[in-house]
Amino acid sequence: MDLTYTPAQQAFRAEARTWLAANVPSEPLQSFDTEAGFAQHRAWEARLNEGRWGMVTWPTELGGRGCDLIEWLIFEEEYYRCGAPARVNQNGIFLLGPTLMEYGTPEQKARFLPRMATGEDIWAQAWSEPGAGSDMAAIRSKAERVGDHYVINGQKTWSTRAVWADWAFGIFRTDAQSQRHHGLTFILLPLDTPGITVRPIPQLNGLPGFAEIFFDDVKVPVENALGGEGMGWHVAMSTAGFERGLLLRSPARFQETAKRLVQLYLANREQADRDPAIGEAVMRAWLDAEAYTLSTYMTASQLVQGGKIGPESSTNKIFWSELDQRMHDTAMSILGLRGELLPHAPAAGDVGHWLEGFLFAQAGPIYAGTNEIQRNIIAERMLGMPRA
Amino acid sequence: MDFSFSRDQLLFQDNVRSFLINEVTPERIRELWQSDNGRSDQLWAQLVELGLTALTVPEAQDGMGMNELDFVLIAQECGYAGLPEPLVETMLVGVPLLAALDEQHASFKQKWLSRVAEGRARLAVSEPGNPLVSDAHVADLLLLAHGDEVHALERDAVRLTRNESVDPSRQLFQVEWTPTPATCVASGEQGRRLWAAAFNRGALASAAQLLGLAKRMVDLAVDYTFERKQFGKPVGSFQAVKHLMANVAVQIEFAKGPLYRAAYAIAEQQPEQDVFVSHAKLATAEAAMLAAKNTIQAHGAMGYTWEVDLHLFMKRAWVLDKVWGDRGLHKGRIRAALFDGTPALGAGSTFLTRQ
Repeated sequence: MDLTYTPAQQAFRAEARTWLAANVPSEPLQSFDTEAGFAQHRAWEARLNEGRWGMVTWPTELGGRGCDLIEWLIFEEEYYRCGAPARVNQNGIFLLGPTLMEYGTPEQKARFLPRMATGEDIWAQAWSEPGAGSDMAAIRSKAERVGDHYVINGQKTWSTRAVWADWAFGIFRTDAQSQRHHGLTFILLPLDTPGITVRPIPQLNGLPGFAEIFFDDVKVPVENALGGEGMGWHVAMSTAGFERGLLLRSPARFQETAKRLVQLYLANREQADRDPAIGEAVMRAWLDAEAYTLSTYMTASQLVQGGKIGPESSTNKIFWSELDQRMHDTAMSILGLRGELLPHAPAAGDVGHWLEGFLFAQAGPIYAGTNEIQRNIIAERMLGMPRA
Repeated sequence: MDFSFSRDQLLFQDNVRSFLINEVTPERIRELWQSDNGRSDQLWAQLVELGLTALTVPEAQDGMGMNELDFVLIAQECGYAGLPEPLVETMLVGVPLLAALDEQHASFKQKWLSRVAEGRARLAVSEPGNPLVSDAHVADLLLLAHGDEVHALERDAVRLTRNESVDPSRQLFQVEWTPTPATCVASGEQGRRLWAAAFNRGALASAAQLLGLAKRMVDLAVDYTFERKQFGKPVGSFQAVKHLMANVAVQIEFAKGPLYRAAYAIAEQQPEQDVFVSHAKLATAEAAMLAAKNTIQAHGAMGYTWEVDLHLFMKRAWVLDKVWGDRGLHKGRIRAALFDGTPALGAGSTFLTRQ
């Protein structure tokens, strides 16, 4: 155990800090759930890629830096520290990218990864269906093999980024006779294919952060299947594993929120302390963000040494999502009457971002497997309790 | 940056765990409860034979010279086993306190530390703020606080009155004694420093055991929920029971980082160790207290009995939650550092230290 950064790690941090300071837009971008904001964020992805900061964990031949997970954590710390834009590309970077590297053919990797890295292709998820949410194996959307194509019919929903994205990835039933998690195939498809209808769904903030996707005899070439026909569940579970586990949620975001919460509390201490629970909640936010960071560094250290991520990673999603909710609840309590104001309201001052975060935090315990499902997974796979 | 234990440290943990599982069974703990002094010379001799009483004794005094980080996993296993013998407090509090005495006490240190390492003497240390001293009755040397002073007395120089605890594994004593210049081994600024260090080590010792205890309670409850059937199914198959256990598992998982960082901070003498230790004690105590609450619930009425083993561990958790600083004290230390100090905050600040 050595809880100090090596000179090389310190140099890497300094390099990232310098580049970000020179390149992060001085004005915040519009939300990537607006058309203009989406384009701004796409341009930011291209800029990151030019500096080779877009996909730091990817191999150098794919435009990455071949960073290990400790360096990735350092990069994330610097990224959030300077308030850089949210990543419109995160479905690609964190979910599909690693899955393509694991299951893709050389042709698929060459075709998709470089365009993903530049932001030329922004990816949407197409997992859930109206009848398949927590119970994802209940998927009914069909992909029927006709010659060298699949013909897709059905409906996906809660497809994050689908309104303005270029491509989507998801799992479809290729064996019509199959049940549950058998007979599914992981398919990559362009969202401008004839027969696809995307219906935006406004989220709590009124912006269409996700969408329904309707498939009506949509023809997709068979070479767009990833990881082999019938292997969709297996491939998707590895993707979902990335989503639930270490990679989607670096601790840096929560540490920055905790920092802002401490500052908000100290700036409003007299009023906040009318409820003694608030000071305690602020302290806890900081402790829990620290605990999450420590845990992530422990996991990263194990993985760097060739260890495997275990079922205990299911605890991550519960921990960060509920921490994020508690932090924003606390901020709203401190803000009191100011809390309800939208960021652009004249009287909102500089606190409107707390409301945005508060709304976003409501989704954490729901998406990527509800926290109830995560608790079942912990009980059954980590503790070995009997299945229902 | 490497936040992991070495192969040797993990191997040693495995070895100690195997020993404790085989030798410190619930049956043996219950036997100890029936014995005159609640302790077993035979069990202590086994610990000595394994070399466990020499671990943190400096090499100059015939010990292994291990530090807090080397020992923290062992302490966790002692908690998991519910070991009643005061091995963890001796190794993490008593021995370092003796070892930190200044050179004018060199021969005194030499004598007692080598005796502890060889198993020929046991120590008891008073916890600042606690009028009672645990394991004073089997200690050959007592290290006692008088204001900021550290006093060392042999057992025949003190008078003990036993106080029974809810945890039958605990042996608590009022100690009547007279401080004299001859018994004083540290005073003034040095005494303050030694007691402050002892306090952090005591908190680390209880934190590590609390984490082990939390894990043990969950393991017992999970086993029980397989055996116990209602409505034709193991009660562990019901989601409500699963979630009770999963909530503890989450707390345990996120108490590990704070615990190991605290051990590292003490071993490396980092200036932030007070806050790190308090975080560790708070996080492990909360995990263990939630474990106690949720596992007795999962056991149903059986959990409320003397017969089921759960209470061997639950009662230790209740007690360790309060020793070496209760949650109020540790929250106070953190709050002061966070709100009245100038802590490093935000992304990238976790491993910055003011060395």
